[in-house]
Amino acid sequence: MLVPVAFFAVFFAWPVAAIVTRGLNVDGVWRFGRIADVAGQSDIRHVLWFTTWQALASTALTLLVALPAAYAFARLDFPGKQVLRAVVTVPFVLPTVVVGTAFLALVGRGGLLDALWGVRLDTTVWAILLAHVFFNYAVVVRTVGGLWSQLDPRQEEAARMLGASPLGAWRKVTLPALAPAVAAAALMVFLFTFTSFGVVQILGGPTFSTLEVEIYRQTSEIFDLSTAAVLTIVQFVAVGSILAVHAWTIRRRESALRLVAPETTARRPRGAGQWALLAGVLATVAVLLVLPLAVLVRRSLGGGFGYYRALGDADGGTFLVAPIQSVVNSLQYAVAATAIAVVIGGLAAAALARRDAGRLVRGFDALLMLPLGVSAVTVGFGFLIALDRPPLDLRQSWILVPLAQALVGVPFVVRTMLPVLRAVDERLREAAAVLGASPWRVWREVDLPMVRRALLVAAGFAFAVSLGEFGATVFIARPGNPTLPVAVARLLSRPGDLNYGQAMALSTILMVVCAVALLVLERLRTDRTGEF
Amino acid sequence: MHTKTFLAAAVGLGLVTLSACGSGNGGSAAASKTVTLVSHDSWAVSKSVLQDFEKQSGYKVNVLKDGDAGQAVNKAILTKDNPQGDVFFGVDNTLLSRALDNGLFQPYQAKGLDQVGKDYQLDAGKHRVTPIDYGDICVNYDKAYFGKHKLTPPTSYADLVKPQYKNLLVTENASTSSPGLGFLLGSAARYGDSGWQDYWKKLKDNGVKVVDGWEQAYNEEFSGSAGGKKAGGDRPLVVSYASSPPAEVIYADPKPSTAPTGVATGTCFRQIEFAGLLSNAGNTKGGKALIDFLVSKEFQEDMPSNMFVYPVVEGAGVPAEFTEYGPAAKNPETMAPDKIAANRDQWVKSWTSLVLK
Repeated sequence: MLVPVAFFAVFFAWPVAAIVTRGLNVDGVWRFGRIADVAGQSDIRHVLWFTTWQALASTALTLLVALPAAYAFARLDFPGKQVLRAVVTVPFVLPTVVVGTAFLALVGRGGLLDALWGVRLDTTVWAILLAHVFFNYAVVVRTVGGLWSQLDPRQEEAARMLGASPLGAWRKVTLPALAPAVAAAALMVFLFTFTSFGVVQILGGPTFSTLEVEIYRQTSEIFDLSTAAVLTIVQFVAVGSILAVHAWTIRRRESALRLVAPETTARRPRGAGQWALLAGVLATVAVLLVLPLAVLVRRSLGGGFGYYRALGDADGGTFLVAPIQSVVNSLQYAVAATAIAVVIGGLAAAALARRDAGRLVRGFDALLMLPLGVSAVTVGFGFLIALDRPPLDLRQSWILVPLAQALVGVPFVVRTMLPVLRAVDERLREAAAVLGASPWRVWREVDLPMVRRALLVAAGFAFAVSLGEFGATVFIARPGNPTLPVAVARLLSRPGDLNYGQAMALSTILMVVCAVALLVLERLRTDRTGEF
Repeated sequence: MHTKTFLAAAVGLGLVTLSACGSGNGGSAAASKTVTLVSHDSWAVSKSVLQDFEKQSGYKVNVLKDGDAGQAVNKAILTKDNPQGDVFFGVDNTLLSRALDNGLFQPYQAKGLDQVGKDYQLDAGKHRVTPIDYGDICVNYDKAYFGKHKLTPPTSYADLVKPQYKNLLVTENASTSSPGLGFLLGSAARYGDSGWQDYWKKLKDNGVKVVDGWEQAYNEEFSGSAGGKKAGGDRPLVVSYASSPPAEVIYADPKPSTAPTGVATGTCFRQIEFAGLLSNAGNTKGGKALIDFLVSKEFQEDMPSNMFVYPVVEGAGVPAEFTEYGPAAKNPETMAPDKIAANRDQWVKSWTSLVLK
């Protein structure tokens, strides 16, 4: 327990506190009056309002589109289901800059819609909403679908036998059982869209701004640290409350439900209704998720394989090294970040899973999620001013990047490991100990075999998330060692065909690596592992 | 229970962290032989020119490109007590006051400063910064469009609000883009502290389009650039640089006989970039040598074709394309850095609510 707490104190709480203090404490005097000042400005209120309503709209839209898919994945059996499940998860781990670019290629000037019907959606709120659905589709499908597939269908059937209509049975039996999962998924989507940065930055144009974008502008461009500090606090409080509600719904979800093995609940579609539903879901996936990715691949092949070959060429001038080197960098960083995330997350999950875990420890569960909701620019600038003295002068060190990436990986490790660890029967451990096994042997022979797969899944997720992490990395990655998403962003900011093509090619490579990692995970997946 | 494994893992993690610390501090032994330049992403120099400096001075130059111009300055200010390097290059007149007021630099009078034009020396009294280059932010026009429509291209701020140029201009967001800000400051210099808002109201009524960044404006919306042509850009007027037309020629293959774009010379705002010795720099001696090098004729003449800016040293030559297609403006608008510092936030705010909302 001590190690994760120390990790978060040093690499998260301290840097964030340092940058906030810098903004609010001028020459030793705290200026809390700024909070009221800033909150009173009409443009700040406008940002708050937009942030909230677009998050609500995105969440509603995502639920609307993804809930039927959750049903299809849970209850229907169709060929290619496993691959498809991996495919819908790919967007979730893609860096926002890549997704933003893919959507620009689809709905922007000269994009597919523009070419076909002359429709342009960029710099409209629709592009933002669509991209949010694209990102968070998997959250709903996996969270809700995961539970749905384990609900015993016989309960609903029993209700039907007793004379309930199909809708009535669903409403009275399935919906109440599902409600906590739906609520949890909705809250996660709300959290992710509330703190959306890259999507809004790229697709929103100059008029739309979320809190996170505003924090970035205030810190990085206007250099008004006190306004940024106030906004950071506002976002912190908002995210903290979302997480508190989320923790509460999770605890409710872990209440007793009659769960069965998911393999037994899915069957081939029957009747026109189910076929139509499945077709609808597949069509949605094709248009909403696969099409933007396909556009990306298509553009990367614009010059045959020329753009891919150019990646090996160091003379482009954008970097000190050949762009392809960023793939190697990314993989190395991601391995280090995964190691850190698994150790920290594993320790935290083990501590949280103990039955005698107190209220305080359980509170830490929610705390671990906070890095997902705190602006990356705040963390990045915080690193810069907090970790600048021996023994922790890490500003020039490569370890900074994996550390920042691990911050976002840990929550996923905890979420994956916790349910499994909680399910290990304490009596097994006690029995082994009584029979004379040392604590190490108990861990190796009892715990490890049961959690090994979950551990692999957790590591895989941490790996994929680290690979795609962009916000914090872009601030701290050294120019000589760009990661893949950072290289993509830099190529995109340069004029010229070749740079654009190379950005598309690199994005495609990133996508393929993520997809392969997720496909491997699908094979490892067990019914007990958590959703994320 | 499984404390041991985790302990082992934690120790392992600790070792990784420690060794990382070690490698992070490893540079200090060789510090006196290395000089670190902190700059923005646009920094570029010919390899051979930099090698000449390293050979002559005996210092190895370590370059740290730290984001776009604004970001790099902000990061330098945040870390000024314990800076990441010795010299900072790339603070311009719009950000200069912020850097100076925050005590980012220590005084140093560069060798060769007497060769630098007096107009560029904005901190002449204290020598905390040394001017290195300048450029002009001006409206560019698409020659083909104006030829085809038998229309004279605009030449001044006043022209841009005339009805024959309705819906032709695209510019950048003044709060997120440095040419966008430059154009706003130019109009404020031209029409005064109160008059510029009126001017922008007219510009807005005349259909000015605002996008977030220069890339989007120049390479997508503008009809005259190579990128814009490909992307189907339909605005023949864009806020860019006086050096953009030469860039269109230098980067074209095959080379055109003349530049496809021109500069509206009465719409220019001057941007001057400075370098300075960072306060608390580890290697002040090396830093001073590096600043001397930046105003040397060799570097000054290498600069234009690498960063598309003009040299501040009198008598430094520029490539032929520059004099032919993108001569520096004769009477650009200028504004004192302290006036910019005092007004920019307020102006950008009113500009945003006036033009964007």
